[in-house]
Amino acid sequence: MMVLDPRLWCLLAFWAGAWLLNSELSKGRSDWVRYAVPLVFGVTMLVLWQVGVTAYSVNKIILPPPSDVLARMMSSKPTLWADLVQTFFKGALSGYAIGCTAAVLVAIAIDRSPFLQAGLLPVGNFVAALPIVGIAPILVMWFGFDWHSKAAVVVVMVFFPVLVNTIAGLAASEVMQRDLMATYSASYWQTLFKLRLPAAMPFIFNGLKIATTLALIGAIVAEFFGSPTRGMGFRITAEIGRLGLDMIWAEIAVAALAGSAFYGAVALIERGVTFWHPSQRH
Amino acid sequence: MKRAIPILTVLGVILAVWYVAAVWMNAPWAYDQAARADQAAPRLMQLPGLTLNQDRPVLPSPHQVIAELVRSTFGLPPSSKKSLVYHAWVTISGTLLGFAVGTTLGVLLAVGIVYNRAMEMSVLPWAIASQMVPIIALAPMLAVVMNAVGATPLMTKAVISAYLSFFPVVVGMVKGLRSPEVMQLDLLQTYAAPGGSVFWKLRLPSSMPYFFASVKVAIAASLVGAIVAELNQQAGLGARLLQGSYYGQTTQIWAALFLSAILAAVLVMLAGRIEARVLTRMGMAR
Repeated sequence: MMVLDPRLWCLLAFWAGAWLLNSELSKGRSDWVRYAVPLVFGVTMLVLWQVGVTAYSVNKIILPPPSDVLARMMSSKPTLWADLVQTFFKGALSGYAIGCTAAVLVAIAIDRSPFLQAGLLPVGNFVAALPIVGIAPILVMWFGFDWHSKAAVVVVMVFFPVLVNTIAGLAASEVMQRDLMATYSASYWQTLFKLRLPAAMPFIFNGLKIATTLALIGAIVAEFFGSPTRGMGFRITAEIGRLGLDMIWAEIAVAALAGSAFYGAVALIERGVTFWHPSQRH
Repeated sequence: MKRAIPILTVLGVILAVWYVAAVWMNAPWAYDQAARADQAAPRLMQLPGLTLNQDRPVLPSPHQVIAELVRSTFGLPPSSKKSLVYHAWVTISGTLLGFAVGTTLGVLLAVGIVYNRAMEMSVLPWAIASQMVPIIALAPMLAVVMNAVGATPLMTKAVISAYLSFFPVVVGMVKGLRSPEVMQLDLLQTYAAPGGSVFWKLRLPSSMPYFFASVKVAIAASLVGAIVAELNQQAGLGARLLQGSYYGQTTQIWAALFLSAILAAVLVMLAGRIEARVLTRMGMAR
């Protein structure tokens, strides 16, 4: 029979205690509970990670404790910031802006032609499901190692989800509403800007939110295929060679923060733009 | 047929644009060769012949890619390390294994979330938040850790694929298991149905449309995960992409890319077929 050693008992006891606390907390209905419970869970995981790694003296090459990662984040702020600028602000954001703008414009352009729609929608849906990251090596070859190639990968990755969603959105206004615009003798562009684009916004933002994650993924993965000596993807591959796992975790933490902040920013804009939509009413 | 015409037109346009782009992007090399051989620069009409069949083109023409695809798929024995069948098999086995594990765990966690409020409130926000995080950035690190623990390449890949397919399934299944209406749940209560029957006869069946919707996302994510994981490995479509990019074998990259696209399409289509079958049998087809 396996004997449980005291370290495992401690960890299990801590886990059980945190779980009891959470199940008690989750019986409450107040607002702060909704934030407290996931927070307790997250902190428990971190503590278990820290204590578990230390108690069992796990090799730091396999799993560094969170305190090491935090220390690394603090000590190499300039490097992390330079990587973030290179990958996120130059690569991901510029590609995101170009790709999303292009997708919305193309959607508006082909919206006028049912023929093009019938042809492009299935193709777009198909392409949106493909492993597009695979084009990264090709685009890196074409556009060089710097952030331009990363932006190009991001453009291709975000284009189709946004295109498909925008086309669906432009069809979202109802016939009655469009008829009303016609009775006002509104021109095509007036109908577009006053009715159809606002009505399409929930769909467009759905695509834009999906695209935030894709943008960061595209920029990071493209750097695995070649990059200047900075950038998150570069740092991850370089630190793998040196077994600097704490630095990799630090980069991942930064990527997670940047990704969540990016998503949150888009969601915030969405709340401002589509304040009228049922999903935004509280 | 009526629906095929616009699609075929669009595909035709893409093909035409591709050919023009191939001529345009490969032309500098042709001009360069002519200049080196001290010949007059090739005229416009000669360009297609000089650009569409280069050995190492900047952009290979579609027929070159297809020729390479056919050659390395059917022209070589499947056991050869140069055969795409071999690499595709390596990728697919990792994808499917990871997908199976990730989906199973995802469904189990979703059941836990639906039946346990504490679990829902602690785990679900993190599961949703993890969707906004570029999880793929974890892939290379997971590969190192798994290597250090002594896992095979297949297991490494499967873990990453499982991880990527896990979250879409959790989020979709939670929605699905919650989709029965209060009226239906009340009806089962009036029958004095035990909890097990409520789950097997109402919640699980009504979650199927959601399940298949997330399965289609998850299998595509699994494939991407397997390909990215292979960037650090010796075999598989991802490794093939990286080798191609190291040695400037553009045709090889495009062939691997086409094959991964075909794989993705086949996997998603298979999932769609199974979905249609199951939903029809259950009388839920729309």
